[in-house]
Amino acid sequence: MFFGSLVLFALVMVALALTFLCPNWARRVSPAQWIIGGGLVLPALVLPPLVAWALVAGERLLPLPGQGVTRIEVVAEQFGWQFGYPDQGGATTVNLLHLPAGEPVDLHITSTDVIHSFWVPQLAGKLDAIPGKTNVLRLQADRTGTFYGQCAEFCGIGHAFMRFEVEVREPDDFLRVVDGLAAEP
Amino acid sequence: MSDALCRHKELSRIWATGPGWQRLGAVNHSILGLRFMITAAVFFAIGGVLAMLIRAQLATADSAFLGPESYNQIFTMHGTVMMFLFAIPMLEGLAIYFVPKLLGARDLAFPRLTAFGYWCFLFGGSILVGSLLFGLAPDTGWFMYTPLSSDVYTPGINADVWLLGVTFVEISALTLAVELVVSILKMRAPGMSLARMPIFGWYILVTAMMMIVGFPPLILASVLLELERAAGLPFFDPTRGGDPLLWQHLFWLFGHPEVYIIFLPAAGALATIIPVFAQRPLIGYRASIAAIIAMAFLSFGIWVHHMFTVGIPHLALAFFSLGSALVAVPTAVQIFAWLATLAHGRPRFDVPMLYVFGFFFVFVLGGLTGVMLAMVPFNWQAHDTYFVVAHLHYVLVGGFLFPLLAALYYWLPHVTGRQSVHRIALPAFWLIFVGFNLTFLHMHWTGLLGMPRRVFTYDGSEGWEVLNLLSSVGGFILTMGFALVLMDVLVQRRFGKRFRRDPWRAATLDWAMPTPPAPYTFAAIPEIDRRADGLEPRRLGPRLAAGDGYLARARKGWQETLGVHMTTGAPEQIVVLPRTSHLPLYTALATGLVVLALLVRAYEVAAFGLVLVVGLMLYTAQGAGQKVDHGKLDAGRGVALPVHTEAAEPPPWWALIFTLVADATLFASLVFGAFYLWLIAPAWPPSEVMEARWPALALVVLGLSAGPIAARAALQRLRSGGSVAPWLVAGGLGVLAAGVGLLRLLTDALPDPTAHGYAAVTFVLLAYVLLHVAIAALFLLSNAMRFAAGYLSPKRQLDLRLTRLWQDYTAATGLIALALALGLRELALTSGTLP
Repeated sequence: MFFGSLVLFALVMVALALTFLCPNWARRVSPAQWIIGGGLVLPALVLPPLVAWALVAGERLLPLPGQGVTRIEVVAEQFGWQFGYPDQGGATTVNLLHLPAGEPVDLHITSTDVIHSFWVPQLAGKLDAIPGKTNVLRLQADRTGTFYGQCAEFCGIGHAFMRFEVEVREPDDFLRVVDGLAAEP
Repeated sequence: MSDALCRHKELSRIWATGPGWQRLGAVNHSILGLRFMITAAVFFAIGGVLAMLIRAQLATADSAFLGPESYNQIFTMHGTVMMFLFAIPMLEGLAIYFVPKLLGARDLAFPRLTAFGYWCFLFGGSILVGSLLFGLAPDTGWFMYTPLSSDVYTPGINADVWLLGVTFVEISALTLAVELVVSILKMRAPGMSLARMPIFGWYILVTAMMMIVGFPPLILASVLLELERAAGLPFFDPTRGGDPLLWQHLFWLFGHPEVYIIFLPAAGALATIIPVFAQRPLIGYRASIAAIIAMAFLSFGIWVHHMFTVGIPHLALAFFSLGSALVAVPTAVQIFAWLATLAHGRPRFDVPMLYVFGFFFVFVLGGLTGVMLAMVPFNWQAHDTYFVVAHLHYVLVGGFLFPLLAALYYWLPHVTGRQSVHRIALPAFWLIFVGFNLTFLHMHWTGLLGMPRRVFTYDGSEGWEVLNLLSSVGGFILTMGFALVLMDVLVQRRFGKRFRRDPWRAATLDWAMPTPPAPYTFAAIPEIDRRADGLEPRRLGPRLAAGDGYLARARKGWQETLGVHMTTGAPEQIVVLPRTSHLPLYTALATGLVVLALLVRAYEVAAFGLVLVVGLMLYTAQGAGQKVDHGKLDAGRGVALPVHTEAAEPPPWWALIFTLVADATLFASLVFGAFYLWLIAPAWPPSEVMEARWPALALVVLGLSAGPIAARAALQRLRSGGSVAPWLVAGGLGVLAAGVGLLRLLTDALPDPTAHGYAAVTFVLLAYVLLHVAIAALFLLSNAMRFAAGYLSPKRQLDLRLTRLWQDYTAATGLIALALALGLRELALTSGTLP
């Protein structure tokens, strides 16, 4: 997409330059050729493949019904995040999200007050946390490590500090940690 | 004294605005257009200072310059000022000043309305900007997302300032949009059919029509949110049957077309300027018109692309994604039409062309990132990051500011009567161009590195620091460029070389007059016999000054201009325009009083102000029109035409039609809101519904149906020369019946409107009808007063025709609203949690 844009940008700028620098060439292209070529043919070549690709890519990111997908509940409120792990005995963590590596997870996201947006830039696109509504984000972390996430929808005075950490562990470690949390009184 | 000089003196005396305090009563489009543009430029400077504060804060990590309280006000106001107080009024000012001159009219259709619009803009803008001084400025983003902007999460009047101030300005913009549409369609030079209209006229026509349907959703949303904040009606509160996303839908239903509303007039300026410097008429005139219209339609179908992350099903997003990508087609058609014009002309270079180059460079980049953002998966990542900030500045600065600066350098000689001094213009351009790209080009990258929008600080561990510092440096270079442009304007005004006429060898009517223009604009109105971007102002101008055209003779001290057939441009009527007056100022002051009183919740004062506004409007209406029938009068060139008061389709007729189009859009948005809440909002169905009070309902239906019947009978009576009084009284009784019935339903049958979104939305539906019934009463009152004063005659029926139209609309929407209220009740009952 990036290089495609560069090419298109260059194309328009070169065309503009040619009208000044090389008027004889520019005049040989008829008005209809200019308008139909640039206005219709060019978009017709670029847009359909792009839109089709985006549709396919988007579909692959969707939370399709599947077996054994871990469910995590995300509740946003001014100005922090609470993560619940119902599959692991109902443990909860605040501003720290535990994830298993290499496994799909469904995050059920909602809010108790205003609209926030759940975003871990390195792991997935963002999805809004909206009061009165639950959105589901399918996410899979491919490697272990620590990532950071943040609120991406302006939510008031503490918006800049509404951040959280994501700890991605091997699935066994993940289970051990989260089960351990649930066992604590 | 020569004939031309006599004509100049005589027309000047009629059209001039007096000195001193009388300036405040100016209604002339040249004066008001300039006032609009200068005021908008001042607001631009204020918005620019706010941007500088933002860049100063973000230049380093952990900056202690601004806290979140001030930062939130500043970024909210930066967006609000630039959108509502700079871009929209600036394009309106441009249109007000140039539309009559390009189309061959002496003024716009409703000069007092132009003045009223200006004062509303000035007062509304001042309220908004003034709130910054008290630290009471809106602080929930220029998009005001609920529920953050509701009274629960944002108590205090900050958000009310936004809702009331912006609505004040929006209503002014809406009145001007109606005026521009009517002026373009009805008031052109004879012979200028729509197919001969200069392309700028087309751009403004489509833009103004988009405003007529684009602004009402936002006005409705603002009214609903203010009702929620001030009176507790829960439209957006998910705990009481509202839905926060309803705000986003209504906001972007306005907000997306808004971008095109800003872009199209600027594109119109480009399409006017490029042919002049290519030294040939525009290529692709018809293709451009098709592209403009296509753009207008597409722009209303893609608002959801601002909402890709709210959790709407993916396949639905795909349609909006496709629509958004499709916008590239009409955009590309226009851009390549301009390239073709340059290719087939003999391009010459001057300062305006520098900015045209700047436009191509910046806008094409912004368009390309726009296509990227239209792709859903990419959007999920880039949404609400600095990538979007960079994109929108490339689009708006490229698509509006660069063309505007080209227009400034192209048209400033028209205003000052002097030519540009080039020494400052060149460095100014390069500072702006380099400064802009240095601010925003790598900001795309800042966004891709994960920097979200609207954070007042960051801690420096993210790797955003260098990029932000560069952006801040670029921002200050950009500011220096603007300062130079300002200096350039002042220098040109003072020292520029005077010129006689048409310095650019242009081919449109705006240059067929001495500059700066005389208050009457055209000494005579020309006959147009070809496409009006292929004229010869240098030859035409002197001929018009000598009186070779229509309406070249002053008559009875009237300010006359021509009304033509909408499509063919055949002359139809002599439009007599109102003189200077302070009434628009007083009416706007009273309106401002209402707004301020609502802001501090002094509702008695607001009611008093409203009475004042209504009184002033009725009083203004008292002076309009003619008390005698004139028959056909000589319009010059052997044509005799009726005065507009006796014409079949005078401008006010069309003004009411387009006002009702806006009104109907508002109503449709309300109906959309009702269905949206019923279908989507949580906590439905409600636990209480409206009682079906059949007597009250019957009274409303009876009253609503009586209106149109009485209006028709009154009109019949007037035509046959009888007294209309009995039928005005009958209309009044209908109004009374409908009003009483509605009040009864509102106060008695409806459950507490603060309890649930259902009751709230039904309340607003019924209140909408009540408001229209009340306005119908004012129509009838005005009819009675004007009939008694002798403004109505069998030949002068306009007043009663307007009343008929209003009554028809009130009855139609009233019956629909009533049916919908009953329908919602049935749905709530059948979907069943009720006892």
